[in-house]
Amino acid sequence: MKITTEMVDYISVLSRLKLPEEEKERMTGELENILAYMDVLNTLDTSQVEPMSHVFPIRNVVREDEVAPSFDREQLLKNAPQRDQEAFLVPKAVE
Amino acid sequence: MTWETVIGLETHVELATRTKIFCSCSTAFGGAPNTHCCPVCTGMPGTLPVVNRKVVEFAAQAGLALNCEITRYNKFDRKNYFYPDLPKAYQISQLYLPIARNGHVPIVTEAGEKEIRIHELHMEEDAGKLVHDPWIDQTRCDYNRCGVPLIEIVTEPDFRTADEVIAYLEKLKSTLEYLGVSDCKMQEGSLRCDVNLSVRPLGSETFGTRTEMKNLNSFKAISRAIKYEARRQIELLEEGKRVIQETRRWDDNKDATFSMRSKENAQDYRYFPEPDIPPLELSEEYLTSLRERQPEMAEARRERYQREYGLPAYDAGQITAQKALVDFFEETVALGAPPKEAANWMLGDMMRRLKDEEMEPKDMKLTPANLAALIRMIAQGRINRNTASRVFRAVFPDNADVETYVREHGLEQVNDAGAVEAAVAKVLEANPQTVSEYRAGKQKVLGFLVGQVMKQLKGKADPKAVNAALRAALQ
Repeated sequence: MKITTEMVDYISVLSRLKLPEEEKERMTGELENILAYMDVLNTLDTSQVEPMSHVFPIRNVVREDEVAPSFDREQLLKNAPQRDQEAFLVPKAVE
Repeated sequence: MTWETVIGLETHVELATRTKIFCSCSTAFGGAPNTHCCPVCTGMPGTLPVVNRKVVEFAAQAGLALNCEITRYNKFDRKNYFYPDLPKAYQISQLYLPIARNGHVPIVTEAGEKEIRIHELHMEEDAGKLVHDPWIDQTRCDYNRCGVPLIEIVTEPDFRTADEVIAYLEKLKSTLEYLGVSDCKMQEGSLRCDVNLSVRPLGSETFGTRTEMKNLNSFKAISRAIKYEARRQIELLEEGKRVIQETRRWDDNKDATFSMRSKENAQDYRYFPEPDIPPLELSEEYLTSLRERQPEMAEARRERYQREYGLPAYDAGQITAQKALVDFFEETVALGAPPKEAANWMLGDMMRRLKDEEMEPKDMKLTPANLAALIRMIAQGRINRNTASRVFRAVFPDNADVETYVREHGLEQVNDAGAVEAAVAKVLEANPQTVSEYRAGKQKVLGFLVGQVMKQLKGKADPKAVNAALRAALQ
């Protein structure tokens, strides 16, 4: 599959990445290589195989609805790039 | 041209579990910012979500009550988007295998009966709350709500009027309240509704371009937003313009919808299976046990109230429309109040108070025990009905004890025959003109005399006893 610069732009918007022009060119090549590898996998006939979403044969892992103490807020906020006394701060996100 | 409005609903309902969907933090509403949080619900790297058993149970119960097929093999999926209300940058939801599908809900409007098809019902996590701080021009993130369990109920585009939408929402709310899976408080955001709306020429088979409306916080807002948006789209089309597919925000103060610029980009959520949560398999035994535990719903109860208690259909319908009223009614009756009396007080004096105070039944302080006591005092002839109404009004706001209130205000009925006779004698003496009119055959002046005697006794007598004493004295 051919990867265009427009596709790279779109993917970088979705990923919130700002790519310099020269990197975009490199990216088209790298993404094309990745998809080419997928094409190898696509040569296998999987029409009779159930799609798998989980590797381990476990199911129904649930917990009881019992409240446990929450985390110390100071601990939670400790590594935030920006914060105040009680909340995480981010650039303006609401209208 | 005659236009037809086509509406589909997506309703998000917060489940009434004690803990969040994937961690053991409390779901309690309110609380200081970020105090109901842990590394799981704030999306710290390396944490693992574990499903709350109760969420699955509540979602399956809701699906059964909405006549859905329950998915036996469930999976979760990741919905990816960058927005700071979701610290993981993805929401764990169900796309490919929602827990319930293909249901239907019967509704009744003035136009008649109708069935609304349920497309699907799935489990997901709620997002956090963002508050913009204009002083620092930054947004503050509170993740207390992040990870609170939700079910999203998606209908087919089966609605044609605002009335149908409201009838469906009332039915849905009542059903979920009966099940006890949600408290459905719109003002606290535990029931939220997005409305998808398009218009088309009547008789057309294809759908018009739809818009999605958000920020609808009450049934009234939903109804007004639908009427506004339908008119806006029709006007556009009649002017030869076209409707743009977009998300619009309803502004309750301006009575209009507005385009939300931030949502202009077509969403690309890149869903994929959630690798951190193993599949959930619901056994036939499990579903059978849930079916057996389904509570008696509104219709069944309404019929039973008519049959067992002899309530009129209208009264039974009014009470069973809200689970809070049902609980209040049943408790009052269990405390010995005659069902008809209890229903009359609830639908009369109580509903009037609630309306005046703009309160929801579930928020009132008055207890069934207190109403039962009031009804008992009337039955025992200790207070009359007028006094009882007055007492009801007085104790309603804070649930002051009825017995104490009556005693402290000296409202107990005068059942002392001597006192009644004395008052009668006094009134007859003071009104010789009226007495002779009565004796001359003008029976209706008796009412005036009863009133005068009641006034003498400060309203505390049994009107029947006064009536009888007057008639005896006038013989």
